[in-house]
Amino acid sequence: MKSRIKVAGAGIVLLATIAALAGCAPTQPAEAKKATISVVSLIPGSKPEAFAAFDDQVKQFEKANPNITVNTQEYEWTGPTFAAQLAGGTLPDVFTIPFTDGKTLIENGQLADITSLVKALPYGDKFNPNVLNAAQAPDGKIFGVPTAAYGNALHYNRALFTKAGLDPNKPPTTWAEVRKDAKIISDKTGVAGYMQMSQNNTGGWQLTTADASRGGVVEVTKSGKTTVTIDTAPMKKSLEFLKALRWEDNSMGSNFLFDWGTINQAFGAGQIGMYTSGSDIYTNLTQSQNMSPDDYGMTVIPAEGKGAGVIGGGTIAAVNVKATPAQQAAAVKWIDFYYMKKLTVKSAAVEDAKTLVANDQAVGVPALPVFDKATLDQSRVWIKDYVNVPTDQMKSFADGIYKQKPIGEPTAKTQEVYALLDVVVQAVLTDKNANIDALLKQANTDAQALVDAG
Amino acid sequence: MTTIAKPAEPIAVPRLRARRTPMTWVRGGGLSNLIFLIPLLFIFGAFSWWPIVQAVVMSFQKTNLVTPAIFVGWDNFARVLHDPLFFTAVKNTGYFALLALIFGYPVPLIVAVLMSEVRRWKGLFSALAYLPVVIPPVVAVLLWKFFYDASATGVFNEILKWFGIGPQPWIQSAASAMPSLVLEATWAAAGGTIIIYLAALTGVAPELYDAAEVDGASIWRKIWHVTLPQLRGVLLITLILQIIGTSQVFLEPFLFTAGGPANSTVTILQLIYRYAFQNSLGGNYGAATALSIMLAVFLAVLSWVYFRVTKAWSTN
Repeated sequence: MKSRIKVAGAGIVLLATIAALAGCAPTQPAEAKKATISVVSLIPGSKPEAFAAFDDQVKQFEKANPNITVNTQEYEWTGPTFAAQLAGGTLPDVFTIPFTDGKTLIENGQLADITSLVKALPYGDKFNPNVLNAAQAPDGKIFGVPTAAYGNALHYNRALFTKAGLDPNKPPTTWAEVRKDAKIISDKTGVAGYMQMSQNNTGGWQLTTADASRGGVVEVTKSGKTTVTIDTAPMKKSLEFLKALRWEDNSMGSNFLFDWGTINQAFGAGQIGMYTSGSDIYTNLTQSQNMSPDDYGMTVIPAEGKGAGVIGGGTIAAVNVKATPAQQAAAVKWIDFYYMKKLTVKSAAVEDAKTLVANDQAVGVPALPVFDKATLDQSRVWIKDYVNVPTDQMKSFADGIYKQKPIGEPTAKTQEVYALLDVVVQAVLTDKNANIDALLKQANTDAQALVDAG
Repeated sequence: MTTIAKPAEPIAVPRLRARRTPMTWVRGGGLSNLIFLIPLLFIFGAFSWWPIVQAVVMSFQKTNLVTPAIFVGWDNFARVLHDPLFFTAVKNTGYFALLALIFGYPVPLIVAVLMSEVRRWKGLFSALAYLPVVIPPVVAVLLWKFFYDASATGVFNEILKWFGIGPQPWIQSAASAMPSLVLEATWAAAGGTIIIYLAALTGVAPELYDAAEVDGASIWRKIWHVTLPQLRGVLLITLILQIIGTSQVFLEPFLFTAGGPANSTVTILQLIYRYAFQNSLGGNYGAATALSIMLAVFLAVLSWVYFRVTKAWSTN
């Protein structure tokens, strides 16, 4: 009996040893494990060629990483759809968010901590600290990878400029010139010379941009206390500008309810001469709105007054907190491959550019650096032979943006404050007798109450 | 006769009691009834009643549906009632309902009465009247949004030009936005009501018209004294259905104006939507459900009062 027990005991020890050894076997890097990840692809409505280019990149990635399977889903970040996906738990493993959402999502525990994975990347310590900050917790842990940064810009339709007798190579450089050109375009072509977004929080976003360009800020935070500063002279100036164009010059057309998507649509269709938006919209305009590249022009937003600057923003690629460690490792590999390598590795930059060109997609769209200007300029040199966007038509932006003071978006209750400002913009554009002082006073009070409520 | 009937009574009572055993219940079809009922109970329970219970619970919670919920008592209701937009939304919803009642309620009735008088191509007219209902609502709104282009070359403004009327701002002005929304909503919904009225009109006895005609009644007197009284049951039902429907208007303000210009078309349902989804970082689902519950209770009370008040007038 004893010997049987001994034999059994020896057997158990042997089995345990084998199991332990077997357990040791997968101590290979986590990324070597098999993983299936879901990632966001392009915005719905993108051209088939764009999807083909994206699919090509997925194939290249899967070939280089045979243990990883990538499933893709179309995606366009909008506040309501993102909120629904977040609450419903239907976000993919890799998704993109604007800089403004990073901090709160980290605080709410909705993003995966990928600090060690990001730090292990060859460029892990080279991020512009101000840019990386948007994806970091207060203790420095990293929850996302900043993939792109933009500044707001003044976009203009060169064809309408020419039709109105204006020189498309000399876009306006002051707000007074914007007004003058808008009037000429409106009078000569019958379309809106200038328009500004007004709906679904984008009205607030662009009014904040206009305010910053005149030296204003919407919120000031000192020793942890945020004071709303909507009711100020630069903001009043921004609204009086709109009022003058709308009611004195009649140069804003007849439709005033636009958000990011619909204003792109109207601009792409040649119904708007000029508008302000992020500097990264060229791809959307040419891919989704079928705008001719020849008609597109971009310049910096005029910066006037003390403290004037440009509101910037950007995109963070984040990993779903629900992803397993193997999926998180695969997700960061994908982020590195799809979003980052083209910025940091020559061969990847060239390969990416080749794929895009082969599928008739834009290469060389202006961007702001997520690392430093030298790295961005270097990546531009690598792909210069493949650039197919009309960079000459964006030269005044590329030259001017680095001379402008970068200003971040308001941080407290950003979207709610933007929603309040939507109403102000709409009131000025649709009511001739709108009282700007009263509107600003009310918005300031309401926004402060929102911020104080926490 | 009575002497035969009387002894039967004491025998009948124990027989009835005997039938109440589980076996008799099964034999009587009770079990099969229950089995047939289970899928229905399950589906309604899972997809209708349980979410209602959850919504009531959520209206007393602070939750972003991700982190654990916290019970906050009546805070959500207080928050809604203190929101300056709440009264704007109530006022706008009331305005929409009123306009829809003034324009939208009589139109289907008039069209149905006129169509019932038509002798030929009745089927064609019915199909034409019902056509807008067949068009997907989102498509219809986007189509009308295009028609409402406020420029001088907009479709409706071009039509107005034929009559010497200048371009109108339609949905681009706080004053005309809501009537514009009602116009489209009436167009979109009238077809369904017309079909209901047409069906009800076929139930009106022709003899009543014959009698009225013999009495020398004109067509208007026939409508007033025969048609309308005969339809009053249906009219009362469609009226409350319309009030409930218009109190929950969402699609038109959402797609046409997103509540603008300057909150002039924000409705209660849109406010609920804003509470829940305006912020990409997770909305105030507690306030959203609190307002939903308030609306549901209001409509339930309104319907109850309505049916109490109109009980005497209804043919049913």
